[in-house]
Amino acid sequence: MKHTLSVVVENQPGVLTRVATLFRRRGYNIDSLTVGRTENPNISRMTIVVDGDDVIIEQVTKQLHKLVEILKIYDITEEPTVDRELALVKVRADSQIRGEIMQIVEVFRARIVDIGRNSLIIEATGDENKINAIEDSLRPFGILELVRTGKVAMLRGAK
Amino acid sequence: MKLKGAEVLIRCLKEEGVDVIFGYPGGVVLPIYDALYSSDIKHVLVRHEQGAAHAADAYARVTGKVGVCLSTSGPGATNLVTGIANAYMDSVPMVAFTGQVPTGLIGRDAFQEADITGITLPITKHNFLVKKGQDLVRTIKEAFHIARTNRPGPVVVDLPRDIMAGDMDFNGYPNEVGLKGYRVVRNCNMGQVLLAVETIQKAERPVIYAGGGVIGSDASELLQELAIKMKIPVATTLMGIGCFPETHYLSLGMLGMHGTRYANYAVSEADLLIAVGVRFDDRVTGKISSFAPHAKVIHIDIDAAEIGKNFGVDIPIVGNVKQVLEEIVPRLQPCEQFTEWHRTIDRWKEEFPLTYSESHEEGRIKPQYVVEQIYYATQGHAIITTEVGQNQMWAAQFYKFTQPRTFITSGGLGTMGFGLPAAIGAKIGRPDMTVIDIAGDGSIQMNIQELCTAVEQRLPIIICILNNHFLGMVRQWQELFYGGRYSYTDISVQPDFVKLAESYGAIGIRVKDYQDVMPVLQEALTVTDRPVLLDFWVEREANVFPMVPPGESLYNMLGGDEE
Repeated sequence: MKHTLSVVVENQPGVLTRVATLFRRRGYNIDSLTVGRTENPNISRMTIVVDGDDVIIEQVTKQLHKLVEILKIYDITEEPTVDRELALVKVRADSQIRGEIMQIVEVFRARIVDIGRNSLIIEATGDENKINAIEDSLRPFGILELVRTGKVAMLRGAK
Repeated sequence: MKLKGAEVLIRCLKEEGVDVIFGYPGGVVLPIYDALYSSDIKHVLVRHEQGAAHAADAYARVTGKVGVCLSTSGPGATNLVTGIANAYMDSVPMVAFTGQVPTGLIGRDAFQEADITGITLPITKHNFLVKKGQDLVRTIKEAFHIARTNRPGPVVVDLPRDIMAGDMDFNGYPNEVGLKGYRVVRNCNMGQVLLAVETIQKAERPVIYAGGGVIGSDASELLQELAIKMKIPVATTLMGIGCFPETHYLSLGMLGMHGTRYANYAVSEADLLIAVGVRFDDRVTGKISSFAPHAKVIHIDIDAAEIGKNFGVDIPIVGNVKQVLEEIVPRLQPCEQFTEWHRTIDRWKEEFPLTYSESHEEGRIKPQYVVEQIYYATQGHAIITTEVGQNQMWAAQFYKFTQPRTFITSGGLGTMGFGLPAAIGAKIGRPDMTVIDIAGDGSIQMNIQELCTAVEQRLPIIICILNNHFLGMVRQWQELFYGGRYSYTDISVQPDFVKLAESYGAIGIRVKDYQDVMPVLQEALTVTDRPVLLDFWVEREANVFPMVPPGESLYNMLGGDEE
């Protein structure tokens, strides 16, 4: 099962390497990993999606805790969260089918951010399922390039 | 006060109580060596950086202090890597200082540049690259703190040359560390402690399974108190040897792959396993699914990540072993009587003693006999270091250890070449003790250059090579599991170890007759100013028995029952 870990770390060079090395070394599978600064410039937050059973997740969490620069780890899989992912999709689009693509874009409340002669770039934001759905809908037109950020997440409420 | 970075380093080391550094100079550490030249910290010049790391490691193990080694950048630093990995696997507190090219050249593939913090990432507890002079003092404080607290381990501090050569303000050594993400484990869960007490009290067939964590936390006395008070038999891991006197009637010796039959049977039949400072290593458990199949398991360890890593346990207690035992032991009502369990174990001990055939062939001695004679010659009062392989297992089996911090061996990593530099570190840490390296003819050649270090330091260590002219343990596996195809394990082509010792300025003696073993050992023990190398020619194809074949359960042991 996929677990989402929200990991608060000191914003120092090498932290990402330490985390990545730990996952590689112990053979855990990172589904996605995002990292960025928080409201405090000395602190970064990583959102790590890991695939594994409870035993593996427990080990991942305990091993992460041993890294000196890691401050806090929350498993937010079961918690009420807001989570988002952003995707950019370059799709083949000649003039005849642009209208159809634009309809899909509208349904998903995505945006067209670039128009080329035979292609469009679409920006979509949402949870993982929504991004999967828009990807599936655009595939028949021919996806030329696709990039996804991976998930960022935040607990709901005051916590 | 303005000081050079290297002078600040030396001051900080003195504040940490460092009195000896094992190291090797080089280009970028010239400023550090210049500062050492006028310092009263003892520097031991090794002949290869790997030797420095192993010596610092063994120094830490025998003294309980943090071991310190020092190398230059690039190849100097990479030569430390095996030694750092060794300390990491065996949870030894060590700080390794490496020189680095000047900060302005980092990342440009400068001469003798290696990314040592990158390289050592998975084999250190933590590592630092000091990029600014102002971070130096804090970094050293943190490095020693991290190395010695919680589960100890090696920490690398990479020191660029310009920071060591440059001037900086030194305003004293801090008392506190400010590590937000690293907390020292101070308490244990009392609910779990009480549960453990109740479980121990009720157990009918308990066994203690004790490891390196008992020695590391100086909890050997408490463990003995627990065992004796409750009459619980004690099996130790290789790393736990010495935490419980092997001469005691409750001792089961070592368990696991080359453990005693009675230790492995006891664990297999136990209804309670008290696992203390251990990590359920594969060499201990054999086939994990059939390890301790009838036992409830209490697991005490300071590293929460060890709980449930290899083996599911019933009562985990995260904490410093000594502190946890201090809570448990006084709460127990003493066990007054011997039971059927003790009688069963006594029967196993009678039926399956640790033994070997004493028929020596012409010109070859039984290796186990040599180890036994070392035990008798030292009256069990010595520090024994080992290399890795058969020599290590025979040392573990046939020398009866009674004190913690006297058996110094490469447990987790299994590093051939550990024993000689370890003997140097051990002798410097404990000059009052006899120090003997039980070696193999393969392993000893891996760091033989350190004989020169021992000669220079005038260390009367004794190296006992159990010379079978084979890479013996691998040969044993080839005999047992590869149809006797001795692929590249015959090392009959080897130096004359006696002449080699003499060329270094040590004493060398060859022993081929078992009757000479004791007299030669006694003679070696009288030497006070230089190392002695004893080249014992032992039976070429002797095997380490008993043995649990890899992947088998502890019940299925080979050998040790018929001889």
